[in-house]
Amino acid sequence: MSTTRRDFIRANAVATAAAAAGITTSAAATNIITSDTQLKWSKAACRFCGTGCSINVATRDNKVVATHGDINSEVNRGLACVKGYFLAKILYGEDRLRQPLLRKKGGQYDKEGEFTPVSWDEAFDVMEEKFKKALKEKGPRGIGMFGSGQWTVWEGYAASKLMKAGFLSNNIDPNARHCMASAVGGFMRTFGIDEPMGCYDDMEHADAFVLWGSNMAEMHPILWTRITDRRLSNPGVKVAVLSTFEHRSFELADMPMIFTPQTDMAILNYIAHYIIREGKVNKDFVGKHVNFRKGVTDIGYGLRPEHPLEAKAANSGNGGSEEIGFDEFAKFVSTYDEKYVSELSGVSPERLQALAELYADPDRKVMSLWTMGVNQHTRGVWVNNMLYNVHLLTGKISEPGNSPFSLTGQPSACGTAREVGTFSHRLPADMVVKNPEHRKIAEKYWKLPEGIVPDWNGSHAVQQNRDLKDGKINAYWVQVNNNVQAAPNLNEETLPGYRNPDNFIVVSDAYPTVTAQAADLILPTAMWVEKEGAYGNAERRTQFWHQMVDAPGEAKSDLWQLVEFSKRFTTDEVWPTEILAANPEFKGKSLYDVLYRNGQVDRYPNSDIEEGYSNHEAEDFGFYLQKGLFEEYAMFGRGKAHDLDDFDVYHQVRGKRWPVVDGKETKWRFREGSDPYVGEGKGFEFYGKPDGKAVVFALPYEPPAESPDDEYDMWLSTGRVLEHWHSGSMTRRVPELHKAVPSALVYMHPEDARKRKLRRGDEVKVVSRRGEIRSRLETRGRNKPPKGLVFVPWFDSSQLINKVTLDATDPLSKETDYKKCAVKIVKA
Amino acid sequence: MKSRITITVLLGLALTAGALAQNVATTRDAALDVEPNPPKISRVENDDVKRKRAYPMQPPTVPHKIDNYQVDTNANKCMSCHSRRRTQESQAPMVSVTHYMDRDGNFLADISARRYFCNQCHVVQRDVVPLLDNEFEDIDELLRAARK
Repeated sequence: MSTTRRDFIRANAVATAAAAAGITTSAAATNIITSDTQLKWSKAACRFCGTGCSINVATRDNKVVATHGDINSEVNRGLACVKGYFLAKILYGEDRLRQPLLRKKGGQYDKEGEFTPVSWDEAFDVMEEKFKKALKEKGPRGIGMFGSGQWTVWEGYAASKLMKAGFLSNNIDPNARHCMASAVGGFMRTFGIDEPMGCYDDMEHADAFVLWGSNMAEMHPILWTRITDRRLSNPGVKVAVLSTFEHRSFELADMPMIFTPQTDMAILNYIAHYIIREGKVNKDFVGKHVNFRKGVTDIGYGLRPEHPLEAKAANSGNGGSEEIGFDEFAKFVSTYDEKYVSELSGVSPERLQALAELYADPDRKVMSLWTMGVNQHTRGVWVNNMLYNVHLLTGKISEPGNSPFSLTGQPSACGTAREVGTFSHRLPADMVVKNPEHRKIAEKYWKLPEGIVPDWNGSHAVQQNRDLKDGKINAYWVQVNNNVQAAPNLNEETLPGYRNPDNFIVVSDAYPTVTAQAADLILPTAMWVEKEGAYGNAERRTQFWHQMVDAPGEAKSDLWQLVEFSKRFTTDEVWPTEILAANPEFKGKSLYDVLYRNGQVDRYPNSDIEEGYSNHEAEDFGFYLQKGLFEEYAMFGRGKAHDLDDFDVYHQVRGKRWPVVDGKETKWRFREGSDPYVGEGKGFEFYGKPDGKAVVFALPYEPPAESPDDEYDMWLSTGRVLEHWHSGSMTRRVPELHKAVPSALVYMHPEDARKRKLRRGDEVKVVSRRGEIRSRLETRGRNKPPKGLVFVPWFDSSQLINKVTLDATDPLSKETDYKKCAVKIVKA
Repeated sequence: MKSRITITVLLGLALTAGALAQNVATTRDAALDVEPNPPKISRVENDDVKRKRAYPMQPPTVPHKIDNYQVDTNANKCMSCHSRRRTQESQAPMVSVTHYMDRDGNFLADISARRYFCNQCHVVQRDVVPLLDNEFEDIDELLRAARK
């Protein structure tokens, strides 16, 4: 378009003058449509991050035509970030998958064949054969499923049930393993119960915000608007931002701090030491509500056992601890003084003191916020524990504005992955597969024979890829995630695993991702408001939406796929004969019958569906599947401090924060008067632990798995950008979002570039011991790394930075450290 | 819709290449085991021409460069043109009235602090071709089609 603004104004001025003179020009009169312009507006949780904004969605003629922030939602009050405003377009990329695609050669499935359109019947026939073969040859450990914190609540529940109670395999894990597993580990270890005690309301009450390894300005933009509002409207409020490189959140920082990777652990121990040294321990709170323990150290890096680092670790994977007293804890942290920690971290002693004082000052309400910098960390569980330490020592917890707050990455990492228990070691409501009592409860609620739920921890995300490579898992189903772009060490683990000739890989997705590319069968999938859904956000808020439009072509929801596939297996084929002999009423039944037609899941008729909305799954199966799954699942949490409200309520409200007791949501847990589960006269009660006390852990600084050396001389940190969600599989198909950030760049300090004779815009290679990518150098963009570190975002499918990253994990949570490995940058 | 997949599938069959060579991953420029050359850093579209919005509530994209704009606790460079006070002088569009409302919908004397960081919603557009077409249908076209 060559018209400039000025030309347009001139043309318009002519038109206006003409109209005033009574002359009709072509542009006048009937250019406004005034009749029949109504849109149907419905509410939905945003498809993207863990903030859980409520979005108003307009539909017309079976199309989504507009989206904007929901004014009635407490989370976002009318706002959405740029991704949220463009949600309407994520459904309509021209390459939406519309029919199943199977690799074929000569009319037959062939691992080396070409993707060929097939019917659902043919797709499921081949898939059934492959899953049955793997089950026959290797038993339940021979199959696996990789899901997501982007599954709706009932999809995760149906998947978990199919794997754990149908196929009797705990080899199911969500990609939340890459994202929130360390947070879960931290919660369970410190409090014995998962998820934050506080809520977003804390943001309107705190006097100080401390960001630990979180770039909220880009990754949780709407929560950042609440913090910005609080900070700019109240000049006494302080914002501290700690990171290994400078990013957009620093724009609001009163106390910006760049620290050397991994030294966050030392800084947190210093803060604990400072609080004790300055006499600022809340002795009353600590005396009544806190125990002290010392953790086992030298726990390794979650690498393959034969890796030298793993062999060297004295207590690889050991999460044990022993009871200690306050004095011993004080002594333990006393070595972390200003001098030592400043040298280690690169943060000045003055800054460290000012930061510690925010926590120590009894008159200042502090909210700590953290995400992947803490969780994607080879000591992620420890750092979560250490963050709680400083809040527990000062009693700054569970009240408005005093809040250690673990932010969530995915829209339903809390609601689905964690609460439903789709992890390889978990069951609903924080129960675990290793605990015989917990398995018994699950079997009872599921109306299944005793002993059916397997007692072994399944393979977690990183282990699943190792198992695929090693040929231990031979039939594998991936839903709602793009793990070939996400999982670490693509060249050495993931790709050999997916392309192992012994394996059959199924990928369900809305779009042809690189994961679909590496698969053998691609299933076209309905997304977001093409199905009825529920997500649970980071503040324990459960939110529902209706199906608003139909999915394109033959695309079907993940839920439909799971339940339909279950019809193809009988108990006789997949359950042990002794269990069937003892429970003959289960003989010869399909998994569909025993899991989903059990008198509970199928008890709600389709007439319960709200008028004006369709529901493809209900139409196909003949009952209100989502409601049945939700109500069966809700039994696990009711009366167990995970209470959910009735299904129908959630379709009316903008979500509710659990526990919901007598219809009332809970904003702050563990405090009397705010949480109905706290006993009278207790003040605070951390009831996840048997004695009601939370744990302060003595844990040391330990070095990272891989640090820069002479050859690989730079730190690499990876992460997201504001304009793209995760791997970009949705947002890169929105023209405005793609044009905002079209490709990944390597962000580097200008002096590091100069030293390598590189200039902005040069083509470079990012090389590690595991692989390399080609990219372009950026020395003055939105991220400003210190010398010695580069940042590369991971949304760009043409620049798979996970070829470079190391598959070292936290040995306790099994979550990968995507923030630290050693690379070199060379001219391409 | 012209399915790019089908086209790729047919091409793939014709070439009988290996499993990784047939590229169905439409947003990737090469096979999974090949490193494509990255595109040059693109230029920001800087012609000041307003763009049509996909729907009325869509935040307008920024039609000019914003390199080195200071937006922090000390200053907001965007507001030096787009605030109510400055638009007569700058002839830039005034920020929407919604930006003067607080969380509870009350109008404030000046822009709400929660709207302070403009680029959370308003982004520049770079001079690149979209990776793929988007088949989103404009409401006006749907209405027009319904009238026929």
